[in-house]
Amino acid sequence: MIDLKSKFIGIETPNPFWLASAPPTDKAYNVNRAFEAGWGGVMWKTLGEAGLPLVNVSGPRYGAWHGTDRTLMGFNNIELITDRDLEINLAEIIQVKKDWPDRGVVVSLMVPCEEQAWKDILMRVEDTGADGIELNFGCPHGMSERGMGAAVGQVPEYVEMVAAWCKQYSDLATIVKLTPNITDIRTSARGAVRGGADAVSLINTINSVMGVDLEQMKMSPSVGQQGSHGGYCGPAVKPIALHMLSEIAGDDECKGIPISGIGGVSNWRDAAEFMALGASNVQVCTAVMTHGFRIVEDMIDGLSRYLADHGMRSVDDLIGAAVPSVTSWNKLDLNYVAKAQIDQDSCIKCGRCHIVCEDTSHQAISTEINGERGFQVRDEDCVGCNLCVVVCPVENCITLRELDTGEIDVRTGKTVSADYQNWTQHPNNTAA
Amino acid sequence: MTTFSSKSSGQSLPAGQRLSPADYQTNFADIHIPLDARSAIVEADRCYHCYGAPCQTACPTGIDVASFIRMISQKNEVGAAEKILSENIMGGTCARACPVETLCEDACVRHTEGDQPVKIGLLQRFATDRASELGAKFFTRQASTGHTVAIVGAGPAGLSCAHRLATLGHEVVIYEAHEKSGGLNEYGLAAYKMAGDYAQHEVQDILSIGGISVKHGVKVGEDITFAELQTNYDAVFMGVGLGANKEMQLDGEQVSGAINAVEYIHQLRQAKDLGQLPVGQNIVVIGGGMTAIDIAIQIKRLGANNVTMAYRRGKEHMNASHEEQEFALSEGVHIAHWAQPVSLQVKQGVITGVEFKRANIEGDETFTTPADMLFKAIGQSLAPIDVGAVEFVKHYGKYEVDNELRTSHPGIWAGGDCVAGNDGLAVSAVQDGKLAALSIHNTLTQSQV
Repeated sequence: MIDLKSKFIGIETPNPFWLASAPPTDKAYNVNRAFEAGWGGVMWKTLGEAGLPLVNVSGPRYGAWHGTDRTLMGFNNIELITDRDLEINLAEIIQVKKDWPDRGVVVSLMVPCEEQAWKDILMRVEDTGADGIELNFGCPHGMSERGMGAAVGQVPEYVEMVAAWCKQYSDLATIVKLTPNITDIRTSARGAVRGGADAVSLINTINSVMGVDLEQMKMSPSVGQQGSHGGYCGPAVKPIALHMLSEIAGDDECKGIPISGIGGVSNWRDAAEFMALGASNVQVCTAVMTHGFRIVEDMIDGLSRYLADHGMRSVDDLIGAAVPSVTSWNKLDLNYVAKAQIDQDSCIKCGRCHIVCEDTSHQAISTEINGERGFQVRDEDCVGCNLCVVVCPVENCITLRELDTGEIDVRTGKTVSADYQNWTQHPNNTAA
Repeated sequence: MTTFSSKSSGQSLPAGQRLSPADYQTNFADIHIPLDARSAIVEADRCYHCYGAPCQTACPTGIDVASFIRMISQKNEVGAAEKILSENIMGGTCARACPVETLCEDACVRHTEGDQPVKIGLLQRFATDRASELGAKFFTRQASTGHTVAIVGAGPAGLSCAHRLATLGHEVVIYEAHEKSGGLNEYGLAAYKMAGDYAQHEVQDILSIGGISVKHGVKVGEDITFAELQTNYDAVFMGVGLGANKEMQLDGEQVSGAINAVEYIHQLRQAKDLGQLPVGQNIVVIGGGMTAIDIAIQIKRLGANNVTMAYRRGKEHMNASHEEQEFALSEGVHIAHWAQPVSLQVKQGVITGVEFKRANIEGDETFTTPADMLFKAIGQSLAPIDVGAVEFVKHYGKYEVDNELRTSHPGIWAGGDCVAGNDGLAVSAVQDGKLAALSIHNTLTQSQV
């Protein structure tokens, strides 16, 4: 078993598994339970400025998209930042940090976009002994309408400005949490880098309306007669988060900035994927809101075994290991040729590969073998698109076979070349 | 695979005593636990929605299984029911009584990958029950054609034929010798498969289309001549089933205690009080088909002590499916293979035992099984019916028909158990009735031109 100890912008934790700033980290009671369960660190639920606490709705704050067997695929929420008194939160943070010196406690913050407001809150947080701050520039509902959260995160100059204030007025390690509700997330990441942030974390939740109740003809969930958009998260957003993560990890201007990965991380495999694409650690919320804190046991055990099985000595060997494999479409090798092949021994003859290829793709799968029901790829029509592979209910029954150099692609009649050639070099590209 | 979930109370009492009313209720309650809304959706989601789905090919009525299951998965149970019933008007009975383990579920591709098949039967039942609860009606009659068709027998074949003819605008009169419609659905299937008077419930649904009148207690050939049918109607459909029981050809077969299984099940299905049925202590059932299994289990559940099913050949030759055999065994029925009955032991006119020859062993080795009741379940044949001057071509004693269910005699169609080559399943009878109706319709409407 490999020790999972993690060091992220100077914060040492026994493992890279953090709880995201969210309801599970709203108070000492929950955080203590999380640490007892084994979580490495928490992003304390976002604090606002001193004064009267804000008010949440007393109705549905969460909605979900379920799979057939009530598997939670996607989740959304309309909770605001903490609705508890600032003083209570700060006192609890002090106590928790004292009680759990080996765990990470970072305080999420969101105050109006004014220098004094940030100055005030930074002083208070410094006094708690917390390990750092995470700037909540991502919350897409409620707060953004008041000029905070995503309203800041969507303007790279504001991101830069606030990050700079934080570094100017405190010694706290500063993480900027990025919103995905923006055309190109790299622009705000670059703002964070320019402002001197120590790290970025992503993604925050995605603007979403979960659905419509077709009987009552109103959006769902709703608070009384109306609902409002919320922030989408959970397993469904993981591919979006991975994309944005890889964009930042591969961006020249952001090069080297530590990243905390967020977005549908539900288990050790997800965590390993985020880390392979450049995250130093991961933050989890929906998965614990689905199963409770105990899932961290398997995350710790599973990741540790994975590292051992793959000859990695620490999480550092994993971080960023797959980043070079991500490139832009323009750099893909157009001389690579693959064809689908169906393993007749494991084929159950459901015909799904045929009907999707026939109806929606390249008409490359026939329905008879020697006059009997059976499914076979016609190489002369197959473009290797992978559709049959993904719809086949039997894992590994249909696979893509890479054609060897020198083989003839019977679809194009061309001999497979060993030379790499991308679109920018392709003769058909008149702009090249 | 069929799952048999209701359990018998396990009580058995000596002859002359009866189980408690609660035991009868338990033992003859619905054998399948129907799917609830949630489990139906979960099960429906297991369906791969195959292209050219093998389950549809395996269904004698060609129900578009993959499509109706997809509708269930999208909570469109009523649409699913319409898809089922438009191919098989007795989709409700078939969902309960079809040997799905040898038909649609056997063909399910999930089998191929070593998994359990999709529970097609239970899903079909879920959809048809749900639509019925909602009072959904799917069929309307086309404009009247002015044609009338006589149907002999209100079983699955006759009712299916009648319903399709009625939708096509014909008037139908069914002649049924029994008091109730439904045929074997009402009188023959095991009671626990058709709990809740389901057969009559379905008959009412079918007849609600209108244009069908059923004359009960009328025997064709006795109360009305066959010639009258031919004269008074534009076409005749024979759905008479198999009314005669085969005999073992042993001495003393008419002795007290030796009973035709089909007749006993008929009584059981119609009994107001199951406690009034005669039940012995030691039962021998002769036969290896569904009827043998059904009587063996039902007599056990009525409180018989020892029940032995004796079949003259091996396990693999039995007509009853593997699942049905397993069910019987789990109910405590003993199955004796390679047991050929050679004589009945009788004392004072009452059966006391059956002597069997061991058919898989050379020589005359025999053994005797004590029996105070013997059920004969060795098959049925066409009952004699006076058809006047008409002469039907028959094959192994059953009506020979072409692929449109036309008999050798013009204007007369036949389907279901009474025709040669039929497998004896309700679902096949329904298909025969449906195809015959289409053929009758084509014939009648074309001759109009």
